[in-house]
Amino acid sequence: MAVLTEAQTEFFEAKIARDEKIEPRDPMPDGYRAHLIRQISQHAHSEVIGMQPEGNWVTRASSLRAKLILLAKIQDECGHGLYLYSAAETLGISRDEMLAQLHAGKAKYSSIFNYPTLTWADIGAIGWLVDGAAIVNQVSLQRTSYGPYSRAMVRICKEESFHQRQGYEIMAQMMAGTRKQRAMAQDAMNRWWAPALMMFGPPDNDSPRSHDAFNWKIKRESNDTLRQRFIDKTVQQAEVIGLTIPDPDLKFNEATKHYEIGPLNWKEFYDVIKGNGPCNRQRMEHHMQVHEDGAWVREAAQKAALNGQKPA
Amino acid sequence: MESPLLQYLFRLGDDSLILGHRLSEWCSRAPMLEEDLALANMALDHIGRAKMLLEYAASFEAMGHSADDLAFGRDERHYYNLLITEVPNGDFAVTMVRMFIFSAFDVLRLEELSTSHDEMLAGIAQKGVKESRYHRRHAADWIWRLGKGTDESRRRVQRALHTIWPFTDEMFDMDDTERVLIEEGIGCDLHTLREIWKKDVSEVISNAGLTLPEDGYMHRGGRNGVHTEALGHIISEMNYGYELMLS
Ligand SMILES: [Fe+2]
Ligand SMILES: [Fe+2]
Ligand SMILES: [Fe+2]
Repeated sequence: MAVLTEAQTEFFEAKIARDEKIEPRDPMPDGYRAHLIRQISQHAHSEVIGMQPEGNWVTRASSLRAKLILLAKIQDECGHGLYLYSAAETLGISRDEMLAQLHAGKAKYSSIFNYPTLTWADIGAIGWLVDGAAIVNQVSLQRTSYGPYSRAMVRICKEESFHQRQGYEIMAQMMAGTRKQRAMAQDAMNRWWAPALMMFGPPDNDSPRSHDAFNWKIKRESNDTLRQRFIDKTVQQAEVIGLTIPDPDLKFNEATKHYEIGPLNWKEFYDVIKGNGPCNRQRMEHHMQVHEDGAWVREAAQKAALNGQKPA
Repeated sequence: MESPLLQYLFRLGDDSLILGHRLSEWCSRAPMLEEDLALANMALDHIGRAKMLLEYAASFEAMGHSADDLAFGRDERHYYNLLITEVPNGDFAVTMVRMFIFSAFDVLRLEELSTSHDEMLAGIAQKGVKESRYHRRHAADWIWRLGKGTDESRRRVQRALHTIWPFTDEMFDMDDTERVLIEEGIGCDLHTLREIWKKDVSEVISNAGLTLPEDGYMHRGGRNGVHTEALGHIISEMNYGYELMLS
């Protein structure tokens, strides 16, 4: 990548200042491009890796309706992965390169998917909490400065709303069920609450890369702001169906009108990011195995395309 | 003894329920994301169709059962799907060969049922035939690609044809249940479809440079609830969540 001329830099900065979208052919600093490639590919990988924990329950869903909704949701996530890979491709990287980075451990995906879905209630907890947190983040990203990423977010957010509803519905149904079902829902809540809060990333005073991201308007709101928004709406939703938030320090601050939480275990967060979570190895091995198992199909498709047109 | 229509709804519903289950097993396992989308689509179509058919069966039966009770509350000997739908997915070639061979049949069956004197059934078939035409087309395209692809894909898709072929004869079996319904203008006469199906399948297979297997031993029994060993595994998994919500 070439260094930008003064005029190009001015053009880029003026566009950012005017809150206009940067488009693929616009001049942009290398750092901006690299930041976006990292962030968008990580986002794409997250959508795709996230299919595994939820896919774990498709064949065991509790009703035909729940099965259809869950499968449609996972299919959406797969589509989100595709849009996001395409958005990243506009920055000059191919899907194959992004997958190679994922397999080499150079690209990450959201740590949340390194936790296991142990019971059917975990499918409720993922939809409600994990998609709930993702939506807060993605709504904010609709205003991100890179055009293709912003437009992908607008499209994705339209599809996301039912994801959270399907999860909440599972939780509500179980909380209205037998004692065993209520215990299962609460257990899932206990295991997913803190990891969901950590999806927004480390606290603002501990977020190394966010300075550039704010200046470039890639990131529009801080981790703690987004996290707080999620907490405020989710605590109330939990109360409605009788779930307890697994945090003894949780309290409502009358002055600020916000819920305040106790300390989160950030050591665990960093450990899981580094690869030491319950499912890190499993998720990556699954993805690589599938990629390997499918190689002959992709090769055949390529070869056949060279062999001419299939008959109508 | 169940009424012929109820038995028929179980047969059609179970075909879609079990095939939809097999397709859903591909979730997060397809050779490329585009194919993950397509397989999920086909799974959704079939599970959705199973839901409609079993809802109709439940209302027709009038025993207070829900579609879920019927889908997930039976034992091995009371599922009536064609055996071809329960064959394990195998590799991508087996999945696509099954999908093509079954969908080529299903399109013809649903076209007939679209004019059934039973309005509910006709409505379900009219919706289904559009879906199954797409399934047939999608799978046929893959048969062609795999046949015209690499040595390995050609070997795999030919092997898949041999895996699936012994399950094709059963698709055209008819018993008194179905004969009663044909007379009433409700059911579909499968004998008249066989030649059309065979011609379609032969064409697609030979265009892909593959050979149609010879007819050998043919598996049958699904319509009477006599299955392969695979079904018990499907239902012990498939019925788990339903049973959980009863306890
Ligand atoms: Fe997601
Ligand atoms: Fe998504
Ligand atoms: Fe989602």
